[in-house]
Amino acid sequence: MKIEETSDTIINEFDSFDDWMDKYNYLIELGKSLPMIDERYKVESNLISGCQSRVWLHAEFDGKLVYFTADSDAVITKGIANLLIRVYSGHSPQEILAASTEFIKEIGLTEHLSPTRSNGLLSMIKQIKMYALAYKTMQAIDN
Amino acid sequence: MEKQLQLFDPMIIRKDFPVLSQKVNNQPLVYFDNAATTQKPQIVVDALTNYYQNYNANVHRGVHHLSQVATAAFEESRDTIRRYINAAYTHEIILTRGSTESINLVASTWGRQNVKEGDEILITELEHHSNIVPWQMLCEEKKARLRVIPINDDGSLNIDAFHNLLNSKTKLLAITHVSNSLGTVIPLKEIISAAHSNNTLVLVDGAQALSHLKVDVIDLDCDFYAFSAHKVYGPMGIGGLYGKEKLLNEMPPYQGGGEMISTVSFEKTVYNELPFKFEAGTPNAGGTIAFASALNYLKGLGIDAIEAYEKELLDYATQRLLEKSNIRIVGTAPGKAAIISFLIDKIHPYDAGTILDQMGIAVRTGNHCTQPLMQRFGIQGTIRASLAFYNTKSEIDSLINGISKVEELFL
Repeated sequence: MKIEETSDTIINEFDSFDDWMDKYNYLIELGKSLPMIDERYKVESNLISGCQSRVWLHAEFDGKLVYFTADSDAVITKGIANLLIRVYSGHSPQEILAASTEFIKEIGLTEHLSPTRSNGLLSMIKQIKMYALAYKTMQAIDN
Repeated sequence: MEKQLQLFDPMIIRKDFPVLSQKVNNQPLVYFDNAATTQKPQIVVDALTNYYQNYNANVHRGVHHLSQVATAAFEESRDTIRRYINAAYTHEIILTRGSTESINLVASTWGRQNVKEGDEILITELEHHSNIVPWQMLCEEKKARLRVIPINDDGSLNIDAFHNLLNSKTKLLAITHVSNSLGTVIPLKEIISAAHSNNTLVLVDGAQALSHLKVDVIDLDCDFYAFSAHKVYGPMGIGGLYGKEKLLNEMPPYQGGGEMISTVSFEKTVYNELPFKFEAGTPNAGGTIAFASALNYLKGLGIDAIEAYEKELLDYATQRLLEKSNIRIVGTAPGKAAIISFLIDKIHPYDAGTILDQMGIAVRTGNHCTQPLMQRFGIQGTIRASLAFYNTKSEIDSLINGISKVEELFL
């Protein structure tokens, strides 16, 4: 599935919720179901700065596609990380770099996008794109 | 007295604060983030608007009418601030951008002039980053040593440790009056007197104190007292530093520019007198005037009545929170101010804060700019409800209901 297709699916999922409780309930469920990051990757260097809760993001590149895993000590943050992984993981660096972040606004999580000191959504997206950029550069050098 | 009590009906007082009557996420706003900043009564908003609408002019500069009116109002406001904290002289009140700048001012001027290699500066585990970092920077520059007075498990200061840490090298004690994270009120008189017997000067970070309790700098006998208007129902970007006249006179200026000079030539500049020596540039005249109106407003309510009502609120909130067996209050020092930090077992503060916000309840979550204090308790952060006199018991009930909702979602 293309990145845009996944984000459209997520937008549809969120559209079906009537109130904020349903929306957060869903995020919390996503948070609880997020596959844990491998313990050995829960290290200082994988911590994303700028979050009130701790978020670890780990990336792996098989030469073609980038795979992300993440964890957080806050459930909502973990739910958001889960959404981002669903959208961006398993795609090429080029696709990840080109993908729009509009879907975050459309699902009504804009409060998480505001550049406040408290949340890490922006930092997570930035980190995901940074990994993609690094792998793209690596690819270019290897070729 | 009866009139004052009658006046002190939070439902009537709330009418003075238009911001409080709004809905957030379709729920009535419950504003429990007063330690971060307080809301402003209409009278403060009006004072600011009135200044810009009717008599805005640069102060101390012009001979023209508006400048004279503005200067008179500005200086009168300085005197209102002086009277509020009971300083001896109006020129002992230096206007700054807030507590942070006030502390930095002392570190940069008095500190650079007096702190030498090997000297010690004493702070406490309770301090806000703004009463840690300026001293750290000074110590680094001067090869001096920053030492920290530990606290007890209830968040009160370890007085024995304080006495043990005081020594002939201790040049300054920089200490909070009220802890922004835990609400602990420091027994300043006792501590200042001990510090003075040791020839140690004392700077008090009063950012959180002015809104909750009576501050009398003469009675305290502190050497410096830093405060911010926006934490006392005044506007942002203005605050002050009280300093004893003798010390302020001996200190070099802080920043160079207009206003702080007496005469300038390219060879030599003669500095202005107090307080102007420390007030380079055009001051925030409108903000200062609005700050004074906030203090007058508080005076009208009566700080004793405020203290009594806030204690009632604090006791009620503490009791309601402790009815829940999974809640742990961090900071239970006797006689603390109306600030409650707490944790809900197995729920991250960020998760709780996010859901409470959905219900219109504004609390602060995180480390509250006191990371070392959080490390002391071995936690990442807390949920903090900081109360003000316009809060009500029914709002505390809303918080408790909100917490139940949070538990429902996460547990």
